[in-house]
Amino acid sequence: MTALRPEENAPARIAEAVLLVIALALGMGGMWMVGYSLEDGLPEGFWTYTIVLAALAFTAHIVLRLRAPYADQVILPAVVLLNSVSMAMILRQDLVDIRGANASRHLMWTALGIIVACVVIFVIRDHRSLRRLTYTAMIVGIVLVVLPLIPGLGQEVNGAKIWIYIGGFSLQPAEFAKIAFAVFFAGYLVANRDTLALAGKKFMGLQLPRLRDLGPILIVWAVSLAVLIGEKDLGTSLLFFGLFVGMLYLATDRVGWIVIGLVMFAAGAVVAWSIFSHVQGRVDVWLDPLNAELYDRDFGGSYQIVQGMFAMAYGGMFGAGWGEGYPQYVPFAFSDFIYAALGEELGLTGLLAILLIYLVIVQRGLRHAIGVRDGFGKLLAGGLAFVMALQLFVVVGGITRIIPLTGLTLPFMAQGGSSLLANWIVIALMLRISDAARRPSSLPTRGALADPAPAMVGGGAIEVGGGSPVQAETDAGAGRGATPDDATQIVRGVDR
Amino acid sequence: MNATLRRLSTIVMVMFLALMVSTTWIQFVSAESLNSDGRNVRTIYSALARDRGPIVVGGEPIVTSVPVDDNYKYLRTYSEGDAGAASVYAPVTGYFAINGTVTGMERYANSYLAGEDDSLWLDRLQNLITGEEAQGSSVELTIDPKVQKAAWDALGDRNGAAVALDPKTGAILAMVSKPSYDPNTLAVHDSAEVTATSEALINDKPQIGTIGGEERFSVYGPTINRTINATFPPGSTFKLLTSAAAIEYDGMTPDTTIPAPNLYRLPGTSTDVQNYGGETCSSTGEMTLKDALAISCNTAFLGLANTVGKDGMQQMFEDFGFTESLDIPMSTSIGAYPGLIGGENDDDSDARIALSGMGQGSVRMTPLQVAMISAAVANDGELMEPYLIDNVRDSDLELVSQTKPSRYKSPFSSSTADALTEMMLSVVTDGSGTGAQIPGVEVAGKTGTAEDDPRSPTLWFTSFAPADDPQVAVAVVLENEGQSTDESTGGALASPIAAQIMQAAIAK
Repeated sequence: MTALRPEENAPARIAEAVLLVIALALGMGGMWMVGYSLEDGLPEGFWTYTIVLAALAFTAHIVLRLRAPYADQVILPAVVLLNSVSMAMILRQDLVDIRGANASRHLMWTALGIIVACVVIFVIRDHRSLRRLTYTAMIVGIVLVVLPLIPGLGQEVNGAKIWIYIGGFSLQPAEFAKIAFAVFFAGYLVANRDTLALAGKKFMGLQLPRLRDLGPILIVWAVSLAVLIGEKDLGTSLLFFGLFVGMLYLATDRVGWIVIGLVMFAAGAVVAWSIFSHVQGRVDVWLDPLNAELYDRDFGGSYQIVQGMFAMAYGGMFGAGWGEGYPQYVPFAFSDFIYAALGEELGLTGLLAILLIYLVIVQRGLRHAIGVRDGFGKLLAGGLAFVMALQLFVVVGGITRIIPLTGLTLPFMAQGGSSLLANWIVIALMLRISDAARRPSSLPTRGALADPAPAMVGGGAIEVGGGSPVQAETDAGAGRGATPDDATQIVRGVDR
Repeated sequence: MNATLRRLSTIVMVMFLALMVSTTWIQFVSAESLNSDGRNVRTIYSALARDRGPIVVGGEPIVTSVPVDDNYKYLRTYSEGDAGAASVYAPVTGYFAINGTVTGMERYANSYLAGEDDSLWLDRLQNLITGEEAQGSSVELTIDPKVQKAAWDALGDRNGAAVALDPKTGAILAMVSKPSYDPNTLAVHDSAEVTATSEALINDKPQIGTIGGEERFSVYGPTINRTINATFPPGSTFKLLTSAAAIEYDGMTPDTTIPAPNLYRLPGTSTDVQNYGGETCSSTGEMTLKDALAISCNTAFLGLANTVGKDGMQQMFEDFGFTESLDIPMSTSIGAYPGLIGGENDDDSDARIALSGMGQGSVRMTPLQVAMISAAVANDGELMEPYLIDNVRDSDLELVSQTKPSRYKSPFSSSTADALTEMMLSVVTDGSGTGAQIPGVEVAGKTGTAEDDPRSPTLWFTSFAPADDPQVAVAVVLENEGQSTDESTGGALASPIAAQIMQAAIAK
């Protein structure tokens, strides 16, 4: 196969190209309106931003045509839309000199994000190759999580210690750690899920896992609690723990795990709440932000969240319009609180549209997890999609007061290099897996007559044991694949 | 795993649904209360960047938005930038500062001035369709520029306030507060300058005399509207209310004879109160109610309040609505009366009630409230609701709303009103308020000189005229301008001011 020639009969990805044009047009329109609202003319750098964004988007489009022609055609335009709308919002804040808002930096990180995503699609030809990196990923993940705790490297910002500073650049390692953990969990769980699912006693209707199988979950619990306590960040901790519990459930279908996980997290959270005044402050602010005393508190008060609420309320149903809001009153309106700034200028309508676009990306990710044939791919795609949904929930839920506010950022929209870069990598992996899921297979599809006998499927089935494999009623489609992962699915089917 | 993936996708849906609900909650359901939160400056800022409507007095705009070439687009301009003229209207107009402080009519009529009021929905719909920027409505006030000017000039350099009402409608004809300020200095588009100016103004409290070699200052700065947001002991003007209660509840008449001793011992105490300078009200130790009011005999009214009793006095105070705040549309301060203030230090013993009979003790009222006593007497016991906005017109000058006068309270019957009018006439003809006489016009009034320890006494005059067809009711207060508690000082200093205001109102 020649490296740079599209595969024969592969889709031309016309839909993606058309959607990309629409997405870019919306971003351009935003920047155009920002300029005319604030300066009565095109904003400075309008054409630079437009051309660079368009060039990057279509580069990614071409890379997909070459290297993942069957990949989902909606995900890329959806992400480009979010990214270019955020470009307009950050440009808008940059124009009125809001401290910290830096449109050219945002463009630079966007460019880097898309380029790295292209590289990932180019280099990783098959997502299954990542399975070899299971334990490497675990170590990388733990190292990344621990980095901000190293004195001199990590720095406390607004009470949370989730940043590291290297040579003038700041990074939020947790953003990258979530990818590493997703890879690790997928690899670990696909190998051990049967042990986790089958062994153990029943207690009050819940199948409890064996104590020795609890080892890894205890480690993850400890890691996320360490994050919570050491780095004082509920959001990141919730993100990791939620990711693990979610993927554990995906792999084992044991509600017991979720119950245990939630109970353990709740216990950890309560302990943290009772020990740390910082956490107590967050909870107080969450419960009663409009309280005058909390609002006036110099540090750790509710000023930011209340200003965010004011901004969103001012936006109302249809928003004040591009450039007509007051993001200068919302601290970090370009990063942590970009959701509120968008709500002010685009209104409820705009925010619901943005939420729906995220929902499309996540649901597409989950859809391809169902479509892909190997268990590792299913877990990885499901995990990545879920972690994005979870991150959105933690960020938006924090701003809109479903949960206490934390320090995570809105994927693709918040200004911040780590977040952009990491989430573009997530998208690259999602696209890679979707290509595998949608690629026409030479193997029989579900319902078709199985060719190889289940017993010949491979070593995996024997390894995990649990009764003689029967293929007919398995949800994975018996006899469809030839990998060990699929064999484990067959066994799972028996367990039902 | 596909089944769990599908279930997970349902969980994700639920999570997103929660986010959509919470976002809707903030942006739609609770948006109104968040927008009206005092800490939210957005509404004010957006109002600033808009072509705000003018405030009109006597057909002439006194506050306008002038287009300027900066980010705020419009500069709020008061009396065309004339500091002197702007100060005359400052207590009414208030000011609109870029640091988010908005007061007076600018604040309380903001929804009209900004073109955001619900009554302007048709204009807003038009703007939405045509894409035009919303224009503010003009707000025309009830203030009569001649009366306002007369009140301003008559008060001269004294600290105090004057308010004039049309007793038949409740329309406020004049509202002057001194010292005043120039709102233009607070409307400049320089945040630091605004902050510096407003801090200086807040701390620039006028000196109100020297007592015991020590300089005394008013508790109210120049930006406080003394007619509605400052309270003073009403002193002898309160004897009108005491008389009203005695006539209304105890069936007395102006000719009823009441005790007027040289000394009055406050019930339940060993404290004796005498008249000013130990003067004798009556050689017989008793006199008619009418005569007692005319010469403002203190001991007679202490006893009268004691006769009426706590319940009656409180009832009359409440029937005037003095314990409630009015929206004229500015929010007015409430008055204070023993037992109605609340809190641990609210002493409503018989001694305090007796003292209240002459407007001392813990009684405090705003000048507007004192004017409302005269207005109620003038209007046969029907107290009309005071208001400042006459009408509102949209940017096309079409009438949006016109205030219809409405009755506020009926504190007493018209026969009581007649009796009180008769008594108030004698105050001006041959009592303590002869200074308020206007040639050819029957004036009914009441003087007041209130002790305001540790400061000098506060002087009052409240009146209405003409007595047979009342057109104006006024209250004048001279904040701690008295040299002694001699009743004649209130009459001598405050009553001529009231006369000039009434004259301007009647001549119109």
